Amino acid sequence: MYALRHWSVRHARALERTYALVERVLIGLAPVFAKVGFERVEPAVTATERSVKTLLFDCKMCGQCILSDTGMSCPMNCPKSLRNGPCGGVRPNGHCEVKPEMKCVWVAAWDGSQRMAEGSKILDLQPPVDHRFWGRSSWLRVARQKGAPEGPPAHG
Amino acid sequence: MADAVDLLHDPGAPLPPLPGHSSRGRLERVLRDGKFAVTAELNPPDSADPEEVYDRALVLSEVCDAINATDASGANTHMSSVGISSLLTRAGYAVVMQFSCRDRNRIAIQGDVLGAAAMGVANILCLTGDGVQAGDQPEAKPVFDLDSMSLLQTIRTMRDERRFLSGRKITKPPLVFLGAAANPFAPPYEYRAVHMGKKIAAGAQFIQTQYCFDLPIFERFMARARELGLHERCFILAGVGPLASARAAKWMRAHVPGIHIPDAVIARLEGAANQKAEGKRLCIELIQQIREIKGVAGVHVMAYRQEELVSEIIQQSGIMQSRRARERPTAAGQISRYRPSETNR
Repeated sequence: MYALRHWSVRHARALERTYALVERVLIGLAPVFAKVGFERVEPAVTATERSVKTLLFDCKMCGQCILSDTGMSCPMNCPKSLRNGPCGGVRPNGHCEVKPEMKCVWVAAWDGSQRMAEGSKILDLQPPVDHRFWGRSSWLRVARQKGAPEGPPAHG
Repeated sequence: MADAVDLLHDPGAPLPPLPGHSSRGRLERVLRDGKFAVTAELNPPDSADPEEVYDRALVLSEVCDAINATDASGANTHMSSVGISSLLTRAGYAVVMQFSCRDRNRIAIQGDVLGAAAMGVANILCLTGDGVQAGDQPEAKPVFDLDSMSLLQTIRTMRDERRFLSGRKITKPPLVFLGAAANPFAPPYEYRAVHMGKKIAAGAQFIQTQYCFDLPIFERFMARARELGLHERCFILAGVGPLASARAAKWMRAHVPGIHIPDAVIARLEGAANQKAEGKRLCIELIQQIREIKGVAGVHVMAYRQEELVSEIIQQSGIMQSRRARERPTAAGQISRYRPSETNR
């Protein structure tokens, strides 16, 4: 939702703290997820993630969330899906070149990042989107990567 | 034997490699040599005739170190930048091939980089690209698989690590000098220099900026860039260009994404008896003022449909005179005037 999207940027600091908490819970749950099977919990987690993040950020479910690096402004709302900063076409009023009625997501991102404790992460270089992850859960991926790291395949 | 002789006289052949240089092109040498560089944009033809490209290049080559081949700028189709670059390198011109992410995915991009380098392209300018809504085919599918930042990283990986994004080996890497664009004149202003720093971290070795008509904003941008030490990590070329008239300036401001022209500039043009001459004078003045700003390594002239003015503008700005004073004579001038059509027929 457009209005809520801007509320989220204004409250980037609080959301940063909230997400840190959510992430800790997810990592804590990782062994449970692993036991039940990540594939089996994916539909439920994805549905929850989709509804919360669509409401707050107009999330597009790219499946490789970088909201914590982009001032809580979702870069996938950029018509050019830029993940590394604004293009040169931003209008003098800070609105988008392609969608004049929308505030540039990167103008918002810079604003949000200034409010965050780890706002300097906006300078991290982001790799190109992996298009295989669309529609899948970022939360579960974090839980799997940080909470239940898969060791090297056992031999013998 | 015949091959060796031909190679000696081939103006399209790359210059001998130099230590500390990424490319074997002229532009990188001029910049690393500390000379105030001049690049200029070639307006691409809506035609399949190579002569149209050579005619336009000939006018520009008198005064510039490299010619920019644009890539469907403004999202309008013209002859491709790969095509123009190939024609120009065959005739011995130094080219900055512009590369936008709007129309190609990463598979096509990496292939075109190899193809262009094989054709002698020594400089690539990595751009995100204007949105399709800006052009005459707004119904087109925007690709944007990569962005300018990941495009820089991709080509740097191909050049320095000799591999594609997938990790597959490249036997002969594309030896290119990498550039990026910067627009100090669009919000968020305080982020723009930092953003340029991010592009440098991603691989940019030179920067060409958007049209500069607002000197105070540009000076603030450069001050911030110097604070961050960016002028020592890359070569910054300021974008300039003559405005044909007040009406043209207003049209550009309203229709071309990312162009900022202050009201005072438009008022000055409106007040002039000969608006075209005033636009040219304004451009020369800007070049002279920009040249005094610490950390600026050159200018990039974009004279939309006024290529014939570029030479006069550069000559009258005094850049070349002061450069020539400390330059040894080279054959570069003659080489750049070579046209395959003159000798091959």
